Amino acid sequence: MSDLSSVKTAPHGAGIRTAPHGATRRKIITTGLAAAAGASGLAVATRLADRYGLIPPDHFGLYGVGKTLTYASQRILTTRHSMAREFNRSDISKVCPVNGDPPEDESFQRLLAGGFKDWRLKIDGLVARPASFSLQDLKQFPARSHITHQACEEGWSFIAECVGVPLSYVLNRVGVLPEAKYVFFFSFGPKQKWGSLDMFDAWHPQTLLAYGMNGQEIPLRHGAPVRVRVPRQLGFKSIKYLSRIVVTDTVTGFGKGLGSSSPERGFSWYGGI
Amino acid sequence: MWSLLGQSSRGGFFGYDSAVATVEASLFPRLSTSVSESRDSTRHSAVVRATHWVNALSFFGLLVSGFAILLAHPRFYWGEAGGIGTPSVLDLPLPFMRGGPSGWGRNLHFLSAWVGVLNGGVYLLSGVLTRHFSHDLLPARAELTWRSLSRSVLSHLRFERPAVGTYNILQRLTYLGVIFILFPLLLWTGFAMSPAIVSVVPAFVTVLGGQETARTLHFFIADFLVLFFVVHIAMICLAGFWNLVRAMVTGHAAAK
Repeated sequence: MSDLSSVKTAPHGAGIRTAPHGATRRKIITTGLAAAAGASGLAVATRLADRYGLIPPDHFGLYGVGKTLTYASQRILTTRHSMAREFNRSDISKVCPVNGDPPEDESFQRLLAGGFKDWRLKIDGLVARPASFSLQDLKQFPARSHITHQACEEGWSFIAECVGVPLSYVLNRVGVLPEAKYVFFFSFGPKQKWGSLDMFDAWHPQTLLAYGMNGQEIPLRHGAPVRVRVPRQLGFKSIKYLSRIVVTDTVTGFGKGLGSSSPERGFSWYGGI
Repeated sequence: MWSLLGQSSRGGFFGYDSAVATVEASLFPRLSTSVSESRDSTRHSAVVRATHWVNALSFFGLLVSGFAILLAHPRFYWGEAGGIGTPSVLDLPLPFMRGGPSGWGRNLHFLSAWVGVLNGGVYLLSGVLTRHFSHDLLPARAELTWRSLSRSVLSHLRFERPAVGTYNILQRLTYLGVIFILFPLLLWTGFAMSPAIVSVVPAFVTVLGGQETARTLHFFIADFLVLFFVVHIAMICLAGFWNLVRAMVTGHAAAK
C-alpha cells in the first residue's frame, strides 16, 4: 500500500513543475487512477486465485511467479474430466526404465521379506472414518486399469498398464471432510519421499493406488507394494512404496511447508508441466 | 517516473512512444540528444525496442535452462516413449547429470517461457496494430523472385553494406520465419510434452507422433533459434555493433 501512495503523489508534484495544463493534469489523474486500479486489481486477483485454489504451495520467490502462472492456467484449462491419453496393449513399452532404489529402511525390508502380507496403508487426517487397509483389502475394492504414458522429468518415458483402486474410491470410503484441500502421500524410511495432490487431482478418475503393472504385481523398483499413479502429471508425482495417506487443509507442518519433498530438492510441487 | 507520467501525449503508440523517449533522454542524455528533432526517422518503435530486450532476456533464460534440463538426459528418441535400454535417434556427447540442474532448470525454463509468451503477445498485438509486420517485414511481391533473392544472397556473400532504413529480403524472410514459424513451433512442441495440457488437447502430441518426438523436435527447433541468434549477432558486428545496439535502445542510429 505504501508503494501505491508514492506513485499517486509523485506525479502531482511533477505535473505542477513541468506543464500545468488541464490536459496534463487530467493525464496525471488518469494515470494515478489507473495505477491504483492496477494495484487493487492485482490484490483482488490474488485473493480470487487463493480462494479457487490456483496458487501452488511452493509459490515463493521469483520462480514462484512462473510456477503460479503455470499451475493457475492449467487448473483453469484442465477440467476434472480431461483424461490423460490411454493407449492400446500393443503400445506398452518393452523396457520400463526406473529411477531410485527401494527403501533400505528395516521395517520395509521386513515387509518385503514377508511378501507384504503385514503391509498396511494408514489413512487419516481430515476424514470421518480413519482406516488401515491391507493389500488384500485394496485388491478387493473395485479396480480400474489404464495404459498410460509416464514421463520422468529428466526426459525419458515409457507406456505401461497400471491396475489399482481409484484413489477417489478410497477417499469416499474413509469419508473426506469438506474442508480438505490436499492429500499427502508418504513412502517408507528416513530418507522417504513424500508428496501431495490437490483435491482436483486426488478425485480424478485416473488417479490410482496401483498394485499391478503390465499384468503382474508391481515390480519392486516401480514402487511395490503400492504406488500412486497420477497420469496427468510427471512421474515424480507418483509416489512409490506407499505407507501412509493424510488428508489435510494445509501444507504447513509437512517438511518445509512446500507441499512435497520435491520442492525441497529444487523441483516444483506441481508436475503437470 | 516523473517525466514519464508528466509527458503530454505527442502521438506514438498509445502515447507510450514519447513517454519512453523522455525516460531515455534522462537515462542516456548523450545518446539521445537528437530525439526531439529527428522523431520521424525513428528506426525502431518503442514497443519493438522494449519487447526486443525483454525477449533477449527470456531467450537467454530459456537457452541456459534448456541446456540444464538437457543435461539430465542428453539422449533423444522418436515416437511416444524412450529411455535407457531403448533405441535412440541422437546421443549427445554430454554427461548424464541427475538431480540439481534439471530442478532449477525447469523453474527458470518456465519462468522465462512465461516472460517470452506474454512479451510475444504484446509484440504480436502491437505489430498488427501499428502495421509493423505489413510495413517492415512482409516482402513486396517483386522481391520474391529468384533474381531478387539471388542478388540479395550474392550481395551478402560479398559483404556489401546493405541500404540503411529498411530490411532487405533475406532479413525480412528470416525475421518472419523466426517470429511466425520457429517460436510457435517451439511453443507447440513444448505444450506437447505437458501431460496436463495434452489431456485437454491431445492433438498437440498425436499430430507429431508422440511425446518423445515432441521433445526431439523441441531440441532441434531450439537449435535453429540458436543458429539465428549467432548469425544475428554476427551481422550486427559486421554492420556496426554499437550503432545498431544504440538504435535498438534509443530508436535512432547515428546520423551519417
